[in-house]
Amino acid sequence: MPITVKIPTQLRGATGGEAELEVAGSTVGEVLDAVFEAHGDLRERITQDGDLRRFVNVYVSGEDIRFQDGLNTSIDDGAEVTILPAVAGG
Amino acid sequence: MAIENLKCKECGATYDLAAHFACENCFGPLEVAYDYSDLDPAETKRKIQAGSQGIWRYSDFLPFEGRPGDPLEPGLTPLLRADRLAERLGVDAEIWIKNDAANPTHSFKDRVVAVAVAKAQELGFDTVACASTGNLANAVAAHAAAAGLKSYVFVPANLEEQKLLATGIYGTNLVGVRGNYDDVNRLCTQLAETRPWAFVNVNLRPYYAEGSKTLAYETAEQLGWELPDRVVCPIASGSLFTKVGRGFQEWLDIGLVEGELPVFNGAQAEGCSPVATAFAEGWDVCKPQRPETIAKSLAIGDPADGPYAVEHARRTEGAIDSVTDDEIRDGISLLAETTGIFTETAGGVTVGVLAKLAARGDIGSGERVVVYITGEGLKTLDATRDRFRMHEIDPALESFEAEFRQEVSV
Repeated sequence: MPITVKIPTQLRGATGGEAELEVAGSTVGEVLDAVFEAHGDLRERITQDGDLRRFVNVYVSGEDIRFQDGLNTSIDDGAEVTILPAVAGG
Repeated sequence: MAIENLKCKECGATYDLAAHFACENCFGPLEVAYDYSDLDPAETKRKIQAGSQGIWRYSDFLPFEGRPGDPLEPGLTPLLRADRLAERLGVDAEIWIKNDAANPTHSFKDRVVAVAVAKAQELGFDTVACASTGNLANAVAAHAAAAGLKSYVFVPANLEEQKLLATGIYGTNLVGVRGNYDDVNRLCTQLAETRPWAFVNVNLRPYYAEGSKTLAYETAEQLGWELPDRVVCPIASGSLFTKVGRGFQEWLDIGLVEGELPVFNGAQAEGCSPVATAFAEGWDVCKPQRPETIAKSLAIGDPADGPYAVEHARRTEGAIDSVTDDEIRDGISLLAETTGIFTETAGGVTVGVLAKLAARGDIGSGERVVVYITGEGLKTLDATRDRFRMHEIDPALESFEAEFRQEVSV
């Protein structure tokens, strides 16, 4: 089953307006690489030197990947990956 | 003076003055940019002094096209000299308490919410919302009621009862989320994408955060248009800490005050100290934590402005420290016993860190220190249980004498 990746409003300019993408991959890193393969502009917007930029949060099924293995966090088939800006709240 | 645009703090990209909060290029936070080149310091000072008795006296420094209004205007809270606190701490310094519990809903959040709600109205929203650790919930519910707007307030479901009661009473839609604040925040960031609402600390966050600058302006004005040498300020998201710095910097730049930025000391609870940890470790990002502390109003494990708070503390040669739950309770008692001000757990954190600085010898002789007390003790009553013993007696003179004889004879 493919992984669903939810794209926040701020990034939809780089996905032709699409709010959800379906890709394959077994870790967060692989899933993001697959997303960048389809929409090249996204790579620079959310990563820098191979890591996530400091104001980008990624969640797997609602759980922040920094509480797991970061980009190496494994993903089950059919799971949902959400990308969100980190600058909310407080 | 005019507000110019929204500008990304990371990459400098600019955006129009709408409900945006994150940069499309790099996800950096957006901040309101102003053009102060037309401001004459003497005229600005006169205008402030002739202004309203609250934060709208600083409207020239707030993010509005027109003149903001708010029937629940916060601000001009007392700045009190605390000599007996200084004495108890054994420091030869001027300690001042900025008591921001003296706002309409008893916390500094009235400042940011008054600005956000007025901006929501200027932008044409009819519903406001927020993700809150409690104080913000109180303020959003109240200011929405005062302005005649609908509101949705999202909080962790296990919040202190006092904060839930002091929110629901305003007729808001109070939503208790089964999770911690960071879960609530994520949910609200997602909701802000689909609901046509003004989430004060999500899509309106650049405007909302500007309200905290008024704490700096008031401090300078109340000190006779002078800056303190040091400030001690609590850190949750880090927004208040950095915006107080920005407020002082703006007045320095314009020439309303002279000197240099105060030393900034940040205060966190040990049970939720991602910013203090990043400062201690020399990191430029904060590693998120799962909060476990009685200071629930500061319990943000993934602080949005954490990196900027760390930079700000370093730039002003300050520090960010944390204190244990017991030190927080001691801080609440110490402030109450020496100043007559009863603060909530966040204030206990701030006073706890002040005590730590004093013990460490960081506070120099003759320094002028301003301590920001951001909330009211009645909202976190549980933290004060078992701090004292009540004398229970019969309604008879002998009973009183018997109870107090021992104490008198000691």
